[in-house]
Amino acid sequence: MIEIRNVSKWYGDFQVLKNCTTRVDKGEVVVICGPSGSGKSTLIKCVNGLEPFQEGVVTVNGTSVGDRGTNLPKLRSHIGMVFQNFELFPHISVTDNIKLGQVKVLGRSADEAQERAMRLLERVGLVDQADKYPAQLSGGQQQRVAIARALAMDPIAMLFDEPTSALDPEMINEVLDVMVELAQEGMTMMVVTHEMGFARKVADRVVFMDEGRIEEDAPKEDFFGSPRGERAQLFLSKILHH
Amino acid sequence: MFAAFDFEVIIKHIPFLWQGMQLTLLLTALALCGGILGGTVLALCRLSRFAPLSFAAGSYVNFFRSMPLILVIFWFYFLVPLLVGRPVGDFYSVLIAFALFEAAYYCEIIRAGISSVRRGQVYAGQALGLTYGQNMRYIVLPQAFRNMIPVLLTQAIILFQDTSLVYVVGLKDFLVSGDIVANRDNRLFEMYTTIALVYFVLCLIGSRAVRRLQRKYAL
Amino acid sequence: MQYNWNWGILLQDPYFGWVWSGLGWTIATACAAWVIAFSLGSVIGVMRTTNVAALRAIGTAYVELFRNIPLLVQMFLWFFVFPELLPRETGMWVKRDLPLPEYSTAVICLGTYTASRVAEQVRAGIESIGQGQRYAGLAMGLTPAQVYRYVLLPVGYRIIIPPLTSDFLGVFKNSSLALTIGVLELTAQTRQIEEYTFQGFEAFTAATALYCLVTFIVMTLMRVVEHKTAIPGMISLEAK
Repeated sequence: MIEIRNVSKWYGDFQVLKNCTTRVDKGEVVVICGPSGSGKSTLIKCVNGLEPFQEGVVTVNGTSVGDRGTNLPKLRSHIGMVFQNFELFPHISVTDNIKLGQVKVLGRSADEAQERAMRLLERVGLVDQADKYPAQLSGGQQQRVAIARALAMDPIAMLFDEPTSALDPEMINEVLDVMVELAQEGMTMMVVTHEMGFARKVADRVVFMDEGRIEEDAPKEDFFGSPRGERAQLFLSKILHH
Repeated sequence: MFAAFDFEVIIKHIPFLWQGMQLTLLLTALALCGGILGGTVLALCRLSRFAPLSFAAGSYVNFFRSMPLILVIFWFYFLVPLLVGRPVGDFYSVLIAFALFEAAYYCEIIRAGISSVRRGQVYAGQALGLTYGQNMRYIVLPQAFRNMIPVLLTQAIILFQDTSLVYVVGLKDFLVSGDIVANRDNRLFEMYTTIALVYFVLCLIGSRAVRRLQRKYAL
Repeated sequence: MQYNWNWGILLQDPYFGWVWSGLGWTIATACAAWVIAFSLGSVIGVMRTTNVAALRAIGTAYVELFRNIPLLVQMFLWFFVFPELLPRETGMWVKRDLPLPEYSTAVICLGTYTASRVAEQVRAGIESIGQGQRYAGLAMGLTPAQVYRYVLLPVGYRIIIPPLTSDFLGVFKNSSLALTIGVLELTAQTRQIEEYTFQGFEAFTAATALYCLVTFIVMTLMRVVEHKTAIPGMISLEAK
């Protein structure tokens, strides 16, 4: 489904991604972890073309992301993305946030979009907040709306960029629960996160990045059981004592 | 169109234009001083805890900021000789108008600058036993001015451009001098283009310099 | 101070009519110029925030050009120099057949100048929103143009209502410069009254009072706009 082959990216002279190769197959849940500055956020933003890259190939369902002829908006409409800072549009209501992409990108009718939006809000447990504005919601609620907004596009895959890093501890679980459900329903997911509990529960594979390189790429049991690299071991030991 | 661009008329009148520019620069410099002085006084009044003073200064600022500069020039051009009781030179009426007008704008800049100095600094000065006046003079204002220099200079460039408005009372600044030549020798195109170019170059250099200064002083 | 007070002069014909016609021209000039300023300024401001270097360069050049020449000089350039730069036929049309030539020139001059200020406000507003919102819009599949229309501009405009207000007021004040090319707006008319009657105090007070009134109305209007467009739940629009 998602293929990343030999991708390298530079910001000026600084190389932020070094020859990264990995894949996410249909229905797989891949967790990407690593210390800050390792390039994981940048890598995931290369998948839907938010960040350009100088070398390598990224394909989503056969379409090359870096190709000049690719219709990026169309490609992006098939991939859902959830951001660390939620990034709900503050000037429109929760429901309108979920409807915007459906109406303007997918061309659905307002009624159809409304119906879908309400269904998705129910799914994430926020139907009674439908008419509120993002600023009136807590962080955890906003992030759940953000997930609903991404799901409204009926994506073939979902990208999560540190979805719980900006949340207060007591709200992390409400978001993770939604993500676990998604994974169990068979959604293809690529998740950048520090939440190893989540990884242990639903991830199929774990990818460890450090300083722009993919150091480890192993099935979950192998990764948590006996990671090969020293850096990965160090990282795990630091965060697993949470 | 460009076939007949008369460079000669420009070159011939450079001394005359330069005289006009000198008046522009003089007016700018003096109005700048008056404006900053007046602005500082107004800012301190606005920040004072004595309500009537703060209100009076606030009203002054809001009033002058609602007025077009041309109207202020006309006001003082008319009023100053009347108040003094005898004809006063055009220059002085206009200078007073500019200084009082700019003071309102400088007040806001300076007020923001003073407010940007952390309260802790004021407390530190007070803890040392400094009076309000000493605190202002030695601790707050020096820091405030350092923060504000880019904005003050930008406003000075705006003032430099605004002096062209003395056209309405015929004071012979750079623009008016150029205008005189333009009409006398029937060379509107050449003169206005030249005037515009000179202003453009000077202001561009000025604003670039301010930007470099800003980067250097970035606190 | 020797001065003959005569406040009644303002109520006499034709001076009474002059004052109100002057106000009318001031408002007409300012509003027409603002329409140009807002639309053109928005376009240029947006241009300065895109990823396309050429568009950014054009936007920057525009702003620098209009910012570094005094407005009065610009007025003269438009009135005296611009018609000469046009191709012969258009130039002749402008010089002879343009309806209300002084007014039109003043409007275009004020409009293009104020556009450069609006452009800067729009740019600052959009830049203060931050990359995240742009990414979120793009990630949904919105085209860059749609991102501006549905995400960046709605919030950007709300952020810049206060500085835009002062630019809007600025247009009213700057409309007084139109008197130099013959538009009989408020300041011009009261100056004319002063020249005819020597009752400067009365005449200029009328102008002063009316400008204060205009300022008051504009500020009230903008406060209503700010209130109506406020986003529920947000006390102030902070960049994330």
